[in-house]
Amino acid sequence: MNEPLPKPGSGGRFVRLAETARPALQLFIDGQPAGALEGDTLLVALLTHGRRVRTSEFGDGNRAGFCLMGACQDCWVWDGAGQRLRACSTVVVDGMDVRTTPPASHWPMTPEVAMRQRGEALP
Amino acid sequence: MTPRVVVVGAGPAGVRAAQALVEAGVQPIVVDEGRRDGGQIYRRQPDGFQRSAATLYGSEAAKAQALHRDFDALREQVDYRSETLAWNLTAGRLHTVHAASGTTAELGFDALVVCAGATDRLMPVPGWQHAGCYSLGAAQIALKAQACAIGSRVVFMGSGPLLYLVAAQYVKAGARVEAVLDTAPAVPGWAALRGLLRRPRLLLRGLALRAALRRAGVSVLNAVTPLRIEGTPNDGVSAVVLRDARGAERTFACDAVGLGWHLRAESQLADLAGCDFAFEAASRQWLPRIDDCGRSSVPGVYLAGDGARILGADGAEAAGRLAALAALDDLKHARGQTLFTAEHSRLQRTLATMDGFRAGLVQAFPWPHAHAAALPNDAIVCRCEAVTAGELRRSVLDLGSQELNRAKAFSRVGMGRCQGRYCGHAAAEVVAAAASLPVEQVGRLRGQAPVKPVLMSAQEGAQEHG
Repeated sequence: MNEPLPKPGSGGRFVRLAETARPALQLFIDGQPAGALEGDTLLVALLTHGRRVRTSEFGDGNRAGFCLMGACQDCWVWDGAGQRLRACSTVVVDGMDVRTTPPASHWPMTPEVAMRQRGEALP
Repeated sequence: MTPRVVVVGAGPAGVRAAQALVEAGVQPIVVDEGRRDGGQIYRRQPDGFQRSAATLYGSEAAKAQALHRDFDALREQVDYRSETLAWNLTAGRLHTVHAASGTTAELGFDALVVCAGATDRLMPVPGWQHAGCYSLGAAQIALKAQACAIGSRVVFMGSGPLLYLVAAQYVKAGARVEAVLDTAPAVPGWAALRGLLRRPRLLLRGLALRAALRRAGVSVLNAVTPLRIEGTPNDGVSAVVLRDARGAERTFACDAVGLGWHLRAESQLADLAGCDFAFEAASRQWLPRIDDCGRSSVPGVYLAGDGARILGADGAEAAGRLAALAALDDLKHARGQTLFTAEHSRLQRTLATMDGFRAGLVQAFPWPHAHAAALPNDAIVCRCEAVTAGELRRSVLDLGSQELNRAKAFSRVGMGRCQGRYCGHAAAEVVAAAASLPVEQVGRLRGQAPVKPVLMSAQEGAQEHG
């Protein structure tokens, strides 16, 4: 119980316990190449590499999914075309391009945001 | 004319419902969110995985294999629509969307048998929003369907049979389990035991799991009070802190937590159908009213499996078959009526036994409602939108909400992505305590269409009418 925890950020969150002899696949996570195994869900591919799936849009930090059965919707990610994918119920396909932040077009620029970006004071 | 029957779900209840219909000569449409049949409990692993049924399903392997085999044998006679969400129900029509293609359909029916299953029932614990905190069901799916553990050092906390089952499965698969923390007392009261003894073999199996965990060196604590899940927004979970039965604070370092307090029914479609619901005092939850054959209060709508009563897989198999036969009996379908007459008493007796056991479980592993009422103001109740218990209480104390849907409108608790699946029961307890009302008087979150988020790009052009 007193051993140190694995250092956050080093390696993945999920631990493979069996079924590791499956054919290897490659996908791209936020542009970076990453390996996966045939039959992996996107969630497993993301969490055997890293420790997050996405970042909460409500400011409470990183998220890594919750229910794994398509009920909580906590594991939304996006493909290169901006299509939303539920990572827990999407199977990895070789060459897949996955983004863990929503496409900019999902959050259209408002005058307030534009002003803030220009460093101007809000009225 | 052959009646049009639609079954929602292909877990134990849905498969047995479909099988009964086919035996009677009726070919149903089976709408299933899963990629393959089996539901959550008997979920099939993907192609290319090698583990045996015994490894995957343990003592239930034979039942799982029988269910899979029987559904395979039905495939020519059912219109099986996998990866398809039944997202709305309007005047006798079920609306579905296929996940990958976005193809929508509108299905008319003479009878609808809803076998929608259950999810984990969750109690917020301060810090449960951190990455690495999962539902117990999630922990089990990671292992069963993907051969993964949710972390390298896992704590399981909550109550109910799944708590011990998942922990034991993790230990057996070689994962490191730091602790199993149960909010229920170690020894159930006499009333609970009376119910549990309705299924003595299952009771013994449960006790054996607990003993196996202790033998494996896992700390198993009962009557705990969860205090918080420690961690940071960036790195996620780092420890679970609780008060033990003697009042001492204990900390278990970990990088993952599996959390759950037994199950809650997926009853949204019953709600959209307009079915009556009744408050069940023992489990403190609202359940659709059904008769002893699975008939809801709405003619033509039948409810079976954990989506109606949490009886577990064996009960779901019996309930699915009975509900389907009751539907055919009501439709005056000759072969269905013959089967119904021959079988309903036996199936009802089976279900009565299962229900007695269920009552025992509810008492042995009670929903710790006082924890919800006592959540600190800064604890997040709604994980979807990071809404705190304090904000929810303000909707009661400052804005006068005395009812859960009103509190939802003010606070947004229950309005996020999960649509209240994981916060709804605790939110009701928080609102009731703040309003000094019994929890049944604050009502329940109404089911809303779509029952899960649906992409607006769902192709209307590809719509088909049934």
